[in-house]
Amino acid sequence: MKRRILGTLMVLMLGICLCSNGWAADVIKIGFNIELTGDIPKVGEASKYAAEMLKDQINRAGGLKVGNKSYQLNFIYEDNEAKAESAAAAALKLITQNQVLGFIGPQASKQAIPAGEVADTNQTVMVTGWSTNPKTTLNRPWVFRACFLDPFQGPVLAKFATEVLKAKKAAVLYDIASDYPKGLAEFFKEAFEKIHGKGSVVAFETFTTKDRDFSAQLTKIVASKADILFTPQYYDEVPLIVKQAHEMGWKKPVLGSDSWGSAELMNLCGNDCKGLFFSTHYAAAGAKGATKQFIDNYKAKYKYEPDDVSALTWDATRLLLQAIQNTKGLTGDLKKDRKAIRDQMAKIREFDGITGKMSFDGKTGDPIKCAVIVKISQEGKFEFYKSVCP
Amino acid sequence: MTLSMFIQNIINALQWGSFYALIALGYSMVYGVLLLINFAHGDIFMVGAYVGFFISTFLLGAYGFQLPWQLSGGLVIFLTFLLSMALTAGVGVTIERVAYRPLRRKGVSRLYVVITALMVGLLLENGNLALLGASRRNFPDLIPRVLYSVGEVNFTNIKIIVIIVTLLVFVFLQTVVLKTKWGMAMRAISYDRMAVPLMGIPVDTIIVMTFVLGSSMAAVAGILFAVSYPVLEPYMGALVGWKAFISAVVGGIGDIRGAIVGGLILGFTEIFVATIFPSTFRDLISFGVLLLILTLRPNGIFGIARRTKV
Repeated sequence: MKRRILGTLMVLMLGICLCSNGWAADVIKIGFNIELTGDIPKVGEASKYAAEMLKDQINRAGGLKVGNKSYQLNFIYEDNEAKAESAAAAALKLITQNQVLGFIGPQASKQAIPAGEVADTNQTVMVTGWSTNPKTTLNRPWVFRACFLDPFQGPVLAKFATEVLKAKKAAVLYDIASDYPKGLAEFFKEAFEKIHGKGSVVAFETFTTKDRDFSAQLTKIVASKADILFTPQYYDEVPLIVKQAHEMGWKKPVLGSDSWGSAELMNLCGNDCKGLFFSTHYAAAGAKGATKQFIDNYKAKYKYEPDDVSALTWDATRLLLQAIQNTKGLTGDLKKDRKAIRDQMAKIREFDGITGKMSFDGKTGDPIKCAVIVKISQEGKFEFYKSVCP
Repeated sequence: MTLSMFIQNIINALQWGSFYALIALGYSMVYGVLLLINFAHGDIFMVGAYVGFFISTFLLGAYGFQLPWQLSGGLVIFLTFLLSMALTAGVGVTIERVAYRPLRRKGVSRLYVVITALMVGLLLENGNLALLGASRRNFPDLIPRVLYSVGEVNFTNIKIIVIIVTLLVFVFLQTVVLKTKWGMAMRAISYDRMAVPLMGIPVDTIIVMTFVLGSSMAAVAGILFAVSYPVLEPYMGALVGWKAFISAVVGGIGDIRGAIVGGLILGFTEIFVATIFPSTFRDLISFGVLLLILTLRPNGIFGIARRTKV
């Protein structure tokens, strides 16, 4: 009896395998290695929503035309739980098991750096939307991104703190166990000290992921008499840091980075975050053209304003699809196609994304693009304040 | 470190240690009666915070549902605490009834019950994740924040409330355990589980009582924690729970005073290490200190080897 069940199962599984192979002929599989659960689930959700929107739009219009053949898009979402090791495992699963042509994500640098390693050794194109740490693409010809880098973002923020916030002394509070905050905190410190001289960053305080109480660090920061507090943290930690800073008697500005720009930030932070500034990739308010169309469609479908991660996922996916189209035809041989896509990715020089114009120099997978400084208004909206270009 | 910084950090440490103490109480109570390490307790604390979140948002009318009468702020706080404590106690008792009692009836080794407790904890975490999704929740401003400044020392009313509530809970539990008949029965069960039922003491009722007390204290800790750190997530109880368990052991598990002292010791070392050294040293040094205490007193500060527990 048991053997019969096993036999039936095997036949069924064989059937499923054959079927899925049968479909694969006219389908392009793209993977998404994103943070659907874990510390920053809103980031994963925003990425998935944007991807779904793009997929529906293209599939409804008859699919993606590569050479003279139209393909339907099939997006496969893998959750990396916002953990480095899960991101590497998810990347491997997408590459070997799901046999995707290329994949998008992970979005946070902590996950993107190890996943990039996997993509590079397995020769599959990876395009991250949001990871700004330089290590993600460094010496990895198969890894690309759609956003600016922290060696650019750090000085932008240091300059903004000096010129607009009139800061002469700065304090920094960051998570030492996560690649993105650690990298950006160091770039900011370097840039700030270049302007104001050594020792102008009067407090350089750390904590570790999952910490909830920052009172010891904030006591030091308040006592250091710094003019601003810079904290390059994610949206689930920022409310706690800002609220506790206010409880410690901190009345000066708090400055943030692109990791702040989640749609969820203001739901969690409320009044405490109003009036603060952070740097980001695009501002939803006052957008024009394709960007406005994207925002309107997204809002109509999901009932909230898309944050920078959604917009960057849209751009990253479109970059990859552009490269696939530029191959002028897929052979069906996975290895050859992946190589062709990588070559076409490297040939893209200019790309007009909804987060602004990007230009690539062909040597690295990093675009050159502008950063935006955003002010959180009294209504809790992210308002465009100024744009800084390299 | 200046004097004002020192005082500031003492307040910080008192608040942070209070949370460990409040959670450690639950570990200690259950261990004191059943000699069982209830590893699900950290997650019961998480459940308490979530229950508090739903009740307070409901009472504050955040679901578009207006109560027919306007509740005053104080009443909302009172009701939130009371209802959350009752519901979380219900969760604790259910866990005892469903997971621990059947095993106890079968007389299996205590090891299996501890493993079951770990499973229950994971069940609560992942059940929450599956049921409510991964997104964070913002705890409403249940207790309006008031900031006081004395010289350069800043503190909020919430910090003071946390510290005072912890003291009150300690006095309350100490009285229950040492001065009432129920408490005497609790202590008796841990002393001799075989003889106690022969004396006509309803063992199961006493055990349920213990879970009611421990879980409702976890709810108090959960709400106060959520008021102080208003971002809720399904795994919020895991790490804090583990650390609270360690502080219960250091204080002498099974002893109410031990839970309070152990929690405060851990809170103080964590805050002061983070003040003096880089934060990467925090867990290293604070657990080093705890290890040292345990080497000197293997049964914890108040623990006496298997005699008068609770």
